[in-house]
Amino acid sequence: MSKTRFSPFTILLIVLGLFLAVFPFVNDSRTMLILFTQIFIFSIFAMSYNLLLGYTGIVSFGHAMFFGLGAYAIGICMKKLEPGWNGVLLAVLITVALCAVLSFLVGILTLRLKSHFFAMLTLAVAGLLMVTAEKWRSLTMGNDGFTFRVPDLLKDRISLYFIALVFMVLTYLLMRRFTFSPVGKVLVAIRENEQRVESLGYRVLNYKIIANVVAGTIAGFSGILYAVSLRFVNTSVFATEVTLDALLMTIIGGVGTLFGPILGAALIEIAQHGLMDLAKVHWIFERWVILFGTIFILVVMFFPKGIVGSALQWQFKRKNSQKATLDKKERSKAATH
Amino acid sequence: MTLLKVDAIETYLGQYHILQGVSFEAKKGEVTVLLGRNGAGKTTTLRSVMGLAPISDGVITYNNKPIHKLPTYKISNKGIGFVPEDQGIFNDLTVEENMKVAMKKKDDVTMERLEWILKLFPDLKTFWHKKGGYLSGGQKQMLSIARSYINSNDLLLIDEPSKGLAPIIVEKVMRSIQEMKEKTTVILVEQNFMMASMIGDRFYIIDDGKTVHSGDMKELKEDEQLKKQYLGIA
Repeated sequence: MSKTRFSPFTILLIVLGLFLAVFPFVNDSRTMLILFTQIFIFSIFAMSYNLLLGYTGIVSFGHAMFFGLGAYAIGICMKKLEPGWNGVLLAVLITVALCAVLSFLVGILTLRLKSHFFAMLTLAVAGLLMVTAEKWRSLTMGNDGFTFRVPDLLKDRISLYFIALVFMVLTYLLMRRFTFSPVGKVLVAIRENEQRVESLGYRVLNYKIIANVVAGTIAGFSGILYAVSLRFVNTSVFATEVTLDALLMTIIGGVGTLFGPILGAALIEIAQHGLMDLAKVHWIFERWVILFGTIFILVVMFFPKGIVGSALQWQFKRKNSQKATLDKKERSKAATH
Repeated sequence: MTLLKVDAIETYLGQYHILQGVSFEAKKGEVTVLLGRNGAGKTTTLRSVMGLAPISDGVITYNNKPIHKLPTYKISNKGIGFVPEDQGIFNDLTVEENMKVAMKKKDDVTMERLEWILKLFPDLKTFWHKKGGYLSGGQKQMLSIARSYINSNDLLLIDEPSKGLAPIIVEKVMRSIQEMKEKTTVILVEQNFMMASMIGDRFYIIDDGKTVHSGDMKELKEDEQLKKQYLGIA
């Protein structure tokens, strides 16, 4: 009878999944519940960014534009319509349509350019959306933003926790399926050598646009969840800091790894929360951005592949050295015989 | 019958005028060898044919149709395979994935070709699930060549397949090109004259970005003067 063997990583994921499933029932702290919900939401956002940066090699400074579109879509739908499920569904449809069209248009106009020009142009488009949100006060209330009501199920912190968790797991599975598919492999090949992929007969631009549309739409979903969790939206959802957060989460967790952005999001959200709490101990912790900057520099210097990437590399080296030792032993055994 | 005709092409790389009138023809079923010293413009010629270094003047025709204004992917899809000098292996993809990314079709013919390739380069089968980045230089070259063999291309452009490889691997690679010759037309850029002369049918010597000599490979083998003048072979 054959035994099914799980890898240590799969076991870790199962344990983590079980922990997250029972956490709301054993934990009384509302703050922790909100913190975990934020981690799930930013994990989704970081995973979408990782598809661009980690798998396709596209650097975008304007990924927040999709996050913001999702946040405003749900906010406006809930404000203008009854706060029911029809409004939520409409917001989802609007987000998918707007994010897909915008990412397609931005992609077709800018992805032909070299990476740094693309990065600058995405920054400009995100800036344009932010200014539009600021100036279109009748719809967005400008910088002040607005609060909105949501269906009762989404008001409940535990329900929202599970909805965000399910979406995070679904995004992870979708990313896994996508990056393991032939299209995903072409994206990795593009990241490594664009000209070579072109000379194999692929129209690179088409594949980059596919990555941009998928990443943009997923980022829109995370924006919806973010706005629902706060029941408030203002122009800060379009800010460059939101994109930079995703960049940090991806790089610290592990660029081009599936689990890296989740770990990165968890570390950054927990650190942010913990450091703000420490402000009572010393004023330096109020300036947590400075500490973040230092951590970021150290990670880039000593773990350029991020935590998950470095762990995978270490595991690979360990396996290889074990194999080499075994080979050596076998050779010396054979020589003595 | 001429499959590819390159007529007086000129190519600039940045401000440098690299190709200043390269012309040659590749006849169907033959191995055409481009020879010349380092920096003569052989690699740029192949890159220009693929559209990777666009030409500023001249004409390139494939099956009597101009291709020099087409983007690289369209040139490739016309049935032209390219093995670059730097091998162009995707380091983060396994050998299997490298091969699959290169496959244009997944029909029975392609699977038969894959079987033939794996018999030709058994090392690739051994390292089938290993990432490209962990292969040795020779294995990378084999993978690069294997990738170009997987499709039923009518023309193969191979840039310096023996560069930096151990003699035993060079022999293997050259034997594979010889076998491939029966299935497709080959344009080969090669510094190793011994190897090139063994498999080449026709030669063109490129010097300072211009074609300066051409002829039958048998003639070149016997012309010591020409070899000394352009290839530095005493």
